[in-house]
Amino acid sequence: MKTLDLIGSAASNTFRSKTRTILTILAIFVGAFTLTITNGLGTGINQYIDDTVTSIGAEDVMSVSVTPEAESGIGGTSSGPTEFDPDAVASGGFGPGEGGTVVALTPDDLDTIADIDGVLSVEATKSITPDWIQYGDGTQYVTSVGGLVAGQSVQLAAGAEPDATTDALELNLPVSYVEALGFADADATIGETITIAVTDAERTQHFVDATIVGVAEESIAAPGAGGLVVNSALTDTLYDAQTIGIPADQQDLYAQASIRFDPAATDTEITTLKDNLADAGFTGTTVADQLGTVKTIIDAIVLVLNAFAVIALLAASFGIVNTLFMSVQERTREIGLMKAMGMGSGKVFGLFSLEAVFIGFLGSAIGVGIGMIVGTTISSVLSGALLADLPGLTIIAFDPLSITIIILVVMAIAFLAGTLPAARAAKADPVESLRYE
Amino acid sequence: MNTPIIRVTDVHKSYGRGPNRFDALKGVTFDINEGESIAIIGKSGSGKSTLMHVLALLDAPTSGTIELEGVETSTLHGKSLNLARNKTFGFVFQQFFLTANATVLENVMLPMKIAGIKRGERKRRALAALEQLEMTDKATNKAINLSGGQKQRSVIARALVNNPRIIFADEPTGNLDTATGAVVEDILFNLNREHGITLIVVTHDEELAARCDRRLYIRDGLLVNDTTEVAA
Repeated sequence: MKTLDLIGSAASNTFRSKTRTILTILAIFVGAFTLTITNGLGTGINQYIDDTVTSIGAEDVMSVSVTPEAESGIGGTSSGPTEFDPDAVASGGFGPGEGGTVVALTPDDLDTIADIDGVLSVEATKSITPDWIQYGDGTQYVTSVGGLVAGQSVQLAAGAEPDATTDALELNLPVSYVEALGFADADATIGETITIAVTDAERTQHFVDATIVGVAEESIAAPGAGGLVVNSALTDTLYDAQTIGIPADQQDLYAQASIRFDPAATDTEITTLKDNLADAGFTGTTVADQLGTVKTIIDAIVLVLNAFAVIALLAASFGIVNTLFMSVQERTREIGLMKAMGMGSGKVFGLFSLEAVFIGFLGSAIGVGIGMIVGTTISSVLSGALLADLPGLTIIAFDPLSITIIILVVMAIAFLAGTLPAARAAKADPVESLRYE
Repeated sequence: MNTPIIRVTDVHKSYGRGPNRFDALKGVTFDINEGESIAIIGKSGSGKSTLMHVLALLDAPTSGTIELEGVETSTLHGKSLNLARNKTFGFVFQQFFLTANATVLENVMLPMKIAGIKRGERKRRALAALEQLEMTDKATNKAINLSGGQKQRSVIARALVNNPRIIFADEPTGNLDTATGAVVEDILFNLNREHGITLIVVTHDEELAARCDRRLYIRDGLLVNDTTEVAA
């Protein structure tokens, strides 16, 4: 028997007993459908995280802070009160210790970091805490300010990014501030001037006027952490205003610094760089590191969900075993006849295991197909409602590779389930099968 | 005389072991020449079905030899055995063994499908065989919807389609009424006479047996009467 004929026969035999086959296919469908949705969830969220990392373009940027002493800070190993550290400052960066107290980086530290092998440049992160922003005589709103590290980019709703090289004071406004500040829409803000208020150490308030050059979309990892994105000229102006009255030796203390490294650096080189920083007493974290933790958690959740889907598939595979055993039982005569007509045992085995594989293929193809339709519908409904605050997030996404893998895995499971009945069919004795006396 | 198409020499066949041992054939020897029509006659349990299975290479004898066209059949294994079954034999069974939900055409094409013949060729030859049996108009009907005679004619078409040397017919008229049975008999003996296909009929029907050139009577696993020898 030719292989093609074998496949064709297997496919048409599958539909001899339609109800039974359809029920088996449904069982597989449930498993494949679940697997598709859970996998899609993982793909969708991880894709979003990848997009976010890429969009902020910080692949060659690492934020560096002083490694805290083991016993310092809450959660340390010591149960006693933390000793006061005059170098400790509040961290305002996007590091893991956000909002907490960290040991500050001194200018000496910055020089040390700059000398470490692999570090291309060091830039202290100037933490700015504005009081409010205001357009014209409108309402004053609380906000935060973040700088744009070179290489980062903003997901823009309108206009352009603030120009790092100009002396003009430029900023990007988050999209949620557009209407609050009294603008008609994002495009209307471009070229307008808003006022930022900062208070210095002597409790004097300073007002800085800056030009809006663009409106930024909000996303979980946007530069400026959902606040204003300012250029370096504006950063310096605001920082200078804010640090008036602080003693000179305190002015140059930073919670964090950004270093740049070779964008072509491999993971090993990045690890080496981190080790070098750690030896010097600093902790380096890339954006990918921070989001990597999130990805690991999501992968773990998806893995657990997938495990449930695989359990469903295992249950379905017993259905395949059962269906095919019944089929072999019913077709004893036919098997005997085919053997009497010179069909080899190998071909008989092939015929029945191909039927199992075909049932598996149908179940998985239908499961994957409907899973993709349902997943796409769910994610488009959710992105318009529940997840409207996270533009660009497709909660359930599909990539062809994992879809293909799902189908192949289900077919492999079906094949394994089919081997038992197929072996029984192959062993059938034509004389026994054809006896009817 | 030419080499007989089948030469059976002292064939024993037993099932089971020890006290449960059952001897179905206890030493059978005969020749079948090409183009003969042979009836194997015996009561239920006489060993006639076992003899047919052994002749059709569905079962191996416990001892003794069977030569198919001068070839010792115990030397055939795997592919060569399957090829011999596929090319040499056609089967007609009392209970038809048609695949109920497949069409007549598909049923008739099955041996050629197993032989690995191309689709177009399969269809052409199957239709030719059906035409020979005046079944062309039933080609696309499902086997389950046929009458007994039509079923048996489909089975004969299926047995013919690979141009076999030998057709085994196991109680070919057992499930048919007398008139239909007679038609089927005519078809089988026609094939034997006009196409020179060796016909081996297993039956307990004396009338059917009487139409054959030779009758082999089997009782308790032994050949008790061979009409050729009597005639000779």
